[in-house]
Amino acid sequence: MGSIKFSKEELERYSRHLIIPEFNIEGQRRLKNAKVLVVGSGGLGSPLLLYLTAAGVGTIGIVDFDLVDETNLQRQVLFSVDDVGQSKSASAIKRLKGLNPHVKFIEHNTRLTSENALEILSGYDVVADGTDNFPTRYLVNDACVILQKPNVYASIFRFEGQVSVFNYTDQNGNTGPNYRDLFPTPPPPGLVPSCAEGGVIGVLPGIIGSLQANEVIKVVTHIGDPLSGRLFLFDALTFETRTLKVHKDPTQESIVKLIDYQEFCGIGQEADDTPSVKEVTVRALEDMKDSGEAYQLIDVREPYEYEIANINGVLIPLDQIADQVDQIASDKKVVVHCRSGVRSANAISLLEKKFGFTNLYNLKGGILAYADEIDNTLAKY
Amino acid sequence: MARIIIPTPLRKFTDNQATIEVEAIDIRESIHALSALYPDLKKQLLDDTGEIRQFVRIYLGDEDIKVLNNEKTPVTEDAVISIVPAIAGGIA
Repeated sequence: MGSIKFSKEELERYSRHLIIPEFNIEGQRRLKNAKVLVVGSGGLGSPLLLYLTAAGVGTIGIVDFDLVDETNLQRQVLFSVDDVGQSKSASAIKRLKGLNPHVKFIEHNTRLTSENALEILSGYDVVADGTDNFPTRYLVNDACVILQKPNVYASIFRFEGQVSVFNYTDQNGNTGPNYRDLFPTPPPPGLVPSCAEGGVIGVLPGIIGSLQANEVIKVVTHIGDPLSGRLFLFDALTFETRTLKVHKDPTQESIVKLIDYQEFCGIGQEADDTPSVKEVTVRALEDMKDSGEAYQLIDVREPYEYEIANINGVLIPLDQIADQVDQIASDKKVVVHCRSGVRSANAISLLEKKFGFTNLYNLKGGILAYADEIDNTLAKY
Repeated sequence: MARIIIPTPLRKFTDNQATIEVEAIDIRESIHALSALYPDLKKQLLDDTGEIRQFVRIYLGDEDIKVLNNEKTPVTEDAVISIVPAIAGGIA
């Protein structure tokens, strides 16, 4: 490690690390020598990448296939207005190079899959998981277990954050629990929050992603006690924090190969669960409007979604539809819509089965399709 | 009364209550008392056979009930029970 040298500029840049007795130049050498892979450059990835770059991690890989979107800017502080529509990985690297020219960045502008994960992860010492979906979380976990790499994990939802260090091997060669020891299987898609129930307070990934960066730095520099065998929970609303113990589960089967994680998480199967109902396109809805044909438009989203954008439908949230059935016309066509078309299909199915309606039509693609094809002044969310 | 901390994703089933107090002698009674108060929460926590689902962990204090006595773990008056669900982020 002594062979790693620093320039005068680097010594000055990192001087606040170098004067911490427990950290000193040895910690900085370990950082410079480290190769860290950040999976996802979004909400968690933004603070994580900014702090790892500023701290002087020698090589940082970024996996992200996505483009920067207007809705990202509320929390993904790596990106600016000019980046909208651009590749996340490329935009991130451009910004990060400006922050620290001494770091080498490797761009993986691709989706992490069972086919490429082992090859990509194998080039790194530590993996930081800042993804936003269960299939990729299990994929990252399993690949880390197979390759024996620590997986610094963080996850957020609305006001709640979780942090842990999985698959960490300590100085004595003992490896701690992994994600499957905590959650052997993911929730089925039907039980996880839908698009109407998701969301995250913008500052939360800033807090949780910073804690994740701190754990990466601890793992790399061997200072402190990494959050291995423990799960940190933060509730931004109540300011309740808890650190719970995580144990290895002796009943868990060994992870020896990667699997189909979409299938494992039931993704794709939920499409089959969406009831098959009669549909109209947004163009057909416009034609009905223009022709003066009698029809009723029902919006089954939540009031807070209606505030973001609406097309003058009668608002009856899905969970109230049975109670407010008297508001739904039976003597003319009724077009039912939601954000993208899944909840409205469920509403129609319920109304047909329970109340015998035969005049209900689902607006294909929901208000998102309407915003795309008919009225681009509507806010998409 | 034991205090059960409800995680954010499940609060829509508890009228947005972050903590619920229940009278119970063990974890099983606590979860069933909670399910009786909020029936919609039941299918989130328990499978068809009444077992706690695999993507939900139950903690007593800072310890996983799996390494205690599972659902038969006794609960004291001042116990804090945490329900910890798997969360994945934005897309979930």
